[in-house]
Amino acid sequence: MRNRIAFALIAVLLLAAPLVFSPFRLDLLAKYLCYAIVALGIALAWGRGGMLTLGQGVFFGLGGYAMGMHLKLVEAGPGQLPDFMSWSGVERLPLLWKPFADPVFALVMVVVLPVTVALLLGLLVFRQRVRGAYFAVLSQALAAAFVILLVGQQGLTGGTNGLTNFQLFFGLDLYDDADRRILYFAIVVVLGLSYLVVRQLARSRYGQLLVAIRDGEDRVRFLGYDPALVKTFAFAFSAGLAGIAGALFVPVVGLLTPANLGVVASLELLIGVAIGGRYSLAGAVGGALLFHYAKTIFSEQWPDSWLYVQGALFVAVMLWAPRGLAGLAGQLRDLVAARRRPAAPAPTVLEEARA
Amino acid sequence: MSKLLQVRGLNVVFSGFHAITDLDFALDAGELRFLIGPNGAGKTTLIDVITGLTRPASGSVSFAGQELVGRREYQVVRAGVGRTFQTSVVFEELSVVDNLDLAAGFRRRLPALLRRRHGVSDDVASALDTIGLGALADRPAGVLSHGQRQWLEIGMLVVQRPRLLLLDEPVAGMSRTERERTGELLQSVARDHTVLVVEHDMDFLRRFASTVTVLHEGRLLCEGTVAEVQADPRVQEVYLGRSRDELDKEVA
Amino acid sequence: MGTLNQLVIGASIGAVLLLASLGLTFTFGQMGVINMAHGEFIMAGAYTAYVLQPLVGEQAVLVALPVAFAVGGVLGLILERLFIRRFYGRPLDTLLLTWGISLILQQVARDVFGAPNVQVTAPGWLTGGIDVGVRIPYNRVFILVLAVGCVAAISLYLSKLRQGRRMRAVMQNRQLAAVSGVATGRVDQATFFIGSGLAGVAGVALTLIGPVGPTLGSGYIVDAFLVVVAGGLGQLRGAVIAAFALGVLNSFVEFWTANGASFAKVVVFAVIIAFLQFRPQGMFVLRSRALT
Repeated sequence: MRNRIAFALIAVLLLAAPLVFSPFRLDLLAKYLCYAIVALGIALAWGRGGMLTLGQGVFFGLGGYAMGMHLKLVEAGPGQLPDFMSWSGVERLPLLWKPFADPVFALVMVVVLPVTVALLLGLLVFRQRVRGAYFAVLSQALAAAFVILLVGQQGLTGGTNGLTNFQLFFGLDLYDDADRRILYFAIVVVLGLSYLVVRQLARSRYGQLLVAIRDGEDRVRFLGYDPALVKTFAFAFSAGLAGIAGALFVPVVGLLTPANLGVVASLELLIGVAIGGRYSLAGAVGGALLFHYAKTIFSEQWPDSWLYVQGALFVAVMLWAPRGLAGLAGQLRDLVAARRRPAAPAPTVLEEARA
Repeated sequence: MSKLLQVRGLNVVFSGFHAITDLDFALDAGELRFLIGPNGAGKTTLIDVITGLTRPASGSVSFAGQELVGRREYQVVRAGVGRTFQTSVVFEELSVVDNLDLAAGFRRRLPALLRRRHGVSDDVASALDTIGLGALADRPAGVLSHGQRQWLEIGMLVVQRPRLLLLDEPVAGMSRTERERTGELLQSVARDHTVLVVEHDMDFLRRFASTVTVLHEGRLLCEGTVAEVQADPRVQEVYLGRSRDELDKEVA
Repeated sequence: MGTLNQLVIGASIGAVLLLASLGLTFTFGQMGVINMAHGEFIMAGAYTAYVLQPLVGEQAVLVALPVAFAVGGVLGLILERLFIRRFYGRPLDTLLLTWGISLILQQVARDVFGAPNVQVTAPGWLTGGIDVGVRIPYNRVFILVLAVGCVAAISLYLSKLRQGRRMRAVMQNRQLAAVSGVATGRVDQATFFIGSGLAGVAGVALTLIGPVGPTLGSGYIVDAFLVVVAGGLGQLRGAVIAAFALGVLNSFVEFWTANGASFAKVVVFAVIIAFLQFRPQGMFVLRSRALT
């Protein structure tokens, strides 16, 4: 019940935000909400499933480029080339681009592309029981390789500059404040739905199975489940969410470059979840918002100190609050309870042993 | 043909070391069999091969007419073979009921998995009853004692309705009363399952075993009742240098 | 002609990769620690050469090799003492922690040395090259020799010195080593010192083939980890083979495909995933019967 009230309260706050914020600030908030959608997927894959994915930017990017390509083609008009292609001397529309003129195809690809890549990688890697740090390293290598590929294919992807200059988003004028507000509402709705779906997943038997695999993969195997399939599903689901978030990011921010999805960007997607609390969905969302808000503030005010702050955040969270802010609240509650009833058993010991 | 489990010509080699050599071994349906032998006899290795954890160099393991060698672990479980490990692993964050429910649900399809658990299924309730942890049903498994964990593990096996249970040292590290309870649990489970138990504890063996198989250095040494096996000179030879008393305490 | 040329380029990429990943095979292999700050230790080694340049003159690179080993080693030791030893058994948390440290070190470098890249001048005797059908620049030869020398030194250390044998014991079975009287904490410190020191040496080598900047190390860290994954944890042989294999693969893919550099990393990644289908734990594995 309390959860429902909190959920409703936050929904109302987010929906009322356009009344308070300037269009500029509202855009920023919309951008943070896109990151929060990614964070939900990370909380599922990492927090529940123990898969530390350092390549979430790849899926964010696949969704984003699928959307960006469609928007560029709409903007160029039928039979015309997107602007950056003519600059890099491309004369005919590449085959890869052609189907993205179709809005339905583009929307489907927003999810299908990242999910397919995640399914492939997940099945190949998890079936061979490559996990933990190995998986983290491989997912990071994927992000590094993806960026180099994008940068190198100037004529196909816009290279380092990425895709920019979007006018229209499914009939919405991206230069119109009222239309941008509709876009913002759409993002709030997607975030809310994603939250509900991930929460259902986490509470279902599947969610328990995922936690069980995180804590004892080999034991689960001897219960007759194939952990590779269970993990791949969660990983692919998180990839799909990242893809959707990337697709929404494109019209909000107005550009998508390889820097938005590389190794560093992928880690930034992760640290928000770590700060908020990887085991808590609400914590992950809150952490993502907080982290990217802090990034904006620091980059505006003290750009030189941002790396120090970011680095210190990583260190501090891992040292003192491995369960994040959401876990910190729990830690405090345990502490207070222990003071009042000193004889009470401390359930936190178990979690520490596992962590 | 009436054998439930038939191991033929099994050889297992770990980088040059012969853990099991030309082993033939069979179990009838409904049997409760104990497997003993000194350290390095190949007892756990045999279980590992049956359950797909270790690949043999040669030989076959046929279970109810199906070949198990070459299958993945979860496929062996789905064929109807369940096992426990020397060190028990239960899922500490999940409640006792959820542990059992997880074990019971391995045949569920994805749509069923994506729903939350409502109530307790009959299978889980009866397993909970069998292992006597009803009072702790909703507590996280992390609070259980060592003995209770082993019982929960056995419960997690039973609830899967396997045709063959492989228990790897179920009473190791248990107190006297816990061992007693485990023995009773074992007998009740053996009433309607085929069970193979690897065990070190001789008291336990004498109280609860009927047929015993002795392995030594990866080969079958002898098979028979507890009394026959204890009287067998080859078995005494294997434990040479030990007094009869010691033998009683730790044949294995 | 083309093949020989690509082989030479591949070998020299491999030598750099090997130097960058040698230290990781120990910190990752023995302690299971993914040290993302390893790249910044490489960077620190490179800046060591830069700092020594006005003091020592032309031969700065040679003097820098032992100094950078010490600088990297001490940095690693501090990291281990202050943080990593509290994170034993939490590899993923360690990864994020050390990533934070690497960000801080990058910014320190930026504040101390400035954001623009700086140059270290190679000694005169390293200009020019030898002709073996293709021309191999002397600086590349030097890096190859340095890599081979480091590998030789480490394998001597591991097999001949008592300290090295202890390190191997801990690598194979930490608990057994501990109860056999090996002070595992001490061994961990030594491992971190040597592993991080090798990063410093790698940094000096990198000054010979390019400019030095605050993000020098982070450019190599991902590939270096791939070498360790493909080679197998704590496996010197594995790291050597994997580094040169990846280097050669890289250079051939770049040669064969138009606009090749762009595809090379993707191909290398795909090859590693394919390789892991046959050898999930890398080329060489320490065998054990334990579950997990």
